[in-house]
Amino acid sequence: MRYLTARKRAEGLGAAHSGTEHHWYMTVSAVGLALIVPAFLFLFGRALGGSYQDVTATFAHPAMAILTLLVLFVGLQHFRRGAQTMIEDYSRGMTRKVLIISVTVLSYGLIATGIFAVLKLAL
Amino acid sequence: MVQLRLPKNSRMTTGKTWPKPEGATNVRKFQIYRWNPDEGDNPRVDTYFVDLDDCGPMVLDALIYIKNKIDPTLTFRRSCREGICGSCAMNIDGINTLACIYGMDEVKGDVKIYPLPHMPVVKDLIPDLTHFYAQHASIMPWLETKTNRPAKEWKQSIEDREKLDGLYECVMCASCSTACPSYWWNGDKYLGPAALLHAYRWIIDSRDEATGERLDDLEDPFKLYRCHTIMNCTKTCPKGLNPAKAIAEIKKMMVERAV
Repeated sequence: MRYLTARKRAEGLGAAHSGTEHHWYMTVSAVGLALIVPAFLFLFGRALGGSYQDVTATFAHPAMAILTLLVLFVGLQHFRRGAQTMIEDYSRGMTRKVLIISVTVLSYGLIATGIFAVLKLAL
Repeated sequence: MVQLRLPKNSRMTTGKTWPKPEGATNVRKFQIYRWNPDEGDNPRVDTYFVDLDDCGPMVLDALIYIKNKIDPTLTFRRSCREGICGSCAMNIDGINTLACIYGMDEVKGDVKIYPLPHMPVVKDLIPDLTHFYAQHASIMPWLETKTNRPAKEWKQSIEDREKLDGLYECVMCASCSTACPSYWWNGDKYLGPAALLHAYRWIIDSRDEATGERLDDLEDPFKLYRCHTIMNCTKTCPKGLNPAKAIAEIKKMMVERAV
């Protein structure tokens, strides 16, 4: 039992003076993904069913390699921040912090793996 | 942490069914949440029958009928009976609204009445709004000025005054905030639609000189950015206001000063 006033509870630790950058990034990346994901899916779909040589040749093309890297990087950054928002919504305390660290590690891990794979195909 | 089930001592049980009014031919069935902290029992749902020929058309009329003629222990807040004071906000037929301006004819079937969701209950239909009011106070709901007070009044153009329409009418009934899932899960930190609508009302007031400080105080992942534009607030507002739009406008102003 803590004898805190209602106002003290409402003020909490005050404003973090952050959040706008996160909000703006999600808006910009959503617009970017709306443009590049359909293009990526179209080109990826065209390569499907081709021979091994055809597929590697598709991903070796500079435009396709750059587009794939963009989808991977922007998509997973968007995922990381979106997942962080969900975690903040539904969990608290140490669980929240551990989950945010986990999703960050997962996202950067997938980005690094994707970059390695695309570079291996393209170079 | 989000809770998917009510705690054991909050789960509802079936309560008493009160007899129908004698000689009444035109009755309506009401199922009402009851909980008394002095009894120590779980909440229950009591059933009442209201004689529509002896009662006004609004849900609040029926509650007053029940309190006066059937069960005087039924507890609820009410005052103005015309949608101005915001006292009688409750959950009627699954919608947070004001009992005084919600007609019984708007409900199909039995009328089910619960207190505003996800708030501590003081008794029966009375939620504890202490934290909600403290959050409202924290956004400084008054005119903040730095310039010396003018000889007559702080002037405002007709156009600037019109910007306050759709904002000043809020009666702080808490229907919107208690309809918001983000407020349910993070109400300790998230200010909620009502407080944010009031914050915006002062941010865009042309006479207020603390716009920057007000935005500073709101720039927080929880105080403001827990709003995910779910729109329950706008859907439920008994005064027809649009808190979601007000919050979106605050977010736009945040971006405006940063980008």
